[in-house]
Amino acid sequence: MASQVCRFDPEDNYNAFLKTVGKAPYEGTGKLAGIPVAVKDNISTKGITTTCGSKILGGYVPPFDAFVVELLKKEGAAIVGKTNMDEFGMGTTTENSAFGPTLNPCDTGRVPGGSSGGSAAAIAAGMVPMALGTDTGGSIRCPSAFCGIVGLKPTYGRVSRYGLIAYANSLEQIGPMAGNVTDVSTLMGVLCACDSRDSTTYDRPYCHTPDINVRGTRIGVPEEFFGKGVDPKVASVVWDGISLLERLGAEIVTCRMPSMSSALAAYYVTCTSEASSNLARFDGVRYGPTSDTKKQWHESFQDHRRELFGKEVRRRIMLGTFALSSGYYGKYYAKAQAARQNVKADFDRLFRQVDVIAGPTMPTIAFKLGEKSDPLSMYLSDILTVPANLAGVPAISVPCGRVDDMPVGLQIMGRHFEDEKVVDVAYAFEQGVSA
Amino acid sequence: MVSERDVEHIAELADIGITKDELGEFTPQFNEILEYFDLLDSVEGTSPATRDLTNIFRDDTVVPGLSADEALANTPEKEDGFFKAPRVM
Repeated sequence: MASQVCRFDPEDNYNAFLKTVGKAPYEGTGKLAGIPVAVKDNISTKGITTTCGSKILGGYVPPFDAFVVELLKKEGAAIVGKTNMDEFGMGTTTENSAFGPTLNPCDTGRVPGGSSGGSAAAIAAGMVPMALGTDTGGSIRCPSAFCGIVGLKPTYGRVSRYGLIAYANSLEQIGPMAGNVTDVSTLMGVLCACDSRDSTTYDRPYCHTPDINVRGTRIGVPEEFFGKGVDPKVASVVWDGISLLERLGAEIVTCRMPSMSSALAAYYVTCTSEASSNLARFDGVRYGPTSDTKKQWHESFQDHRRELFGKEVRRRIMLGTFALSSGYYGKYYAKAQAARQNVKADFDRLFRQVDVIAGPTMPTIAFKLGEKSDPLSMYLSDILTVPANLAGVPAISVPCGRVDDMPVGLQIMGRHFEDEKVVDVAYAFEQGVSA
Repeated sequence: MVSERDVEHIAELADIGITKDELGEFTPQFNEILEYFDLLDSVEGTSPATRDLTNIFRDDTVVPGLSADEALANTPEKEDGFFKAPRVM
């Protein structure tokens, strides 16, 4: 287990942190006693600057802790810093941070993935054994795959979002990231708790020790996860991984997931629509740099948001505003919800035949810095991660080999509230590889 | 297809602020993305109006909250215990 007591060295060669805490308390007792844990910068930390990677929240110091941060502290974790991210979680590379990109510790010419790129890089670089990330459309799993670590997006409703600065409420979850499956499972055990301040949480605690036995587990492999846009070298490494699970006693079932064809569009219409509403609160009145109170309201508001939001954030707010605007709602938002329902129905159907679904986490290895300059091509790289968010099912990414010397992630998705099962399959795989 | 005028109108609706140069940059990007979204036109089915879920209620119990000073701590623009905002009228 990597989670032994160790001290945090703030030397940061990869711009993984936006803020480090000089005197983090290591004296706590509990499941995470003395363990340095990094927290993504969209999760509120009382007394520690929280910016969401945005200038519009520059200098903002939350007056309260997110529920997950309360839980970390209760279990004795030392919160050592806030990690870099795409502004408000909007990106797949961490290049959209207003405070400069995070570099991938495996190759500093490449991105760490996003949007929880700082958390993944901090773990991959050995700075911390564990971190919190958030996943709206793959933001835990993508950087986990690109940096060669383990990351779990929990079932929607299993972890409280209280204190998470919202981007797309119906899709996002806070989740654990670590260097190995055991540590992810330990951290998950701390994070899962019912919270009256997030009415979407369920009282489903996670009290689980990973089980290596996958004998008889039925693993569905949808052919769409190996379709157009998936690098054949990545596909080959992931198939090798799935074959290993078969040798360990699992049964492989090839299947189809036709709803994948419209999943990405459904995801982007939904998340931008929710963002356009959520981000209206950033008006320069209550937190962050202040707007000019001498100007008229709209002028002040518009100038403030033009100057302090990055381009991708403004693009998504405008796309969402358009998708919800009079005359277009039926064409975009309503259709996206129908497509989302089809994704859920596909998962329901498949989970009557199989226990988990496996495929690559990302279609390619980590991009080179600056490679994805066109917004649509960046969006398209999320195709394999968004289905789990649309359906609210748990999904984990575990390292499964290398292509061109860069890590590749194997993704395991499970039934609602069967986070334990995806952890078990990932654990069996991890232990099978190192055996 | 959206025009630069449409994008300007959306920016106005969203209170996002946009410059003339940016209109030339954002408009073709929006058209590329919206063209991709067109594949939703062929989606069959509907999203159910109701789901097999029930609301989770709790008692409205008074618990300690932020003090006015804590709530105001993140802005220098305040007056008499209130946030100060730009003129609306």
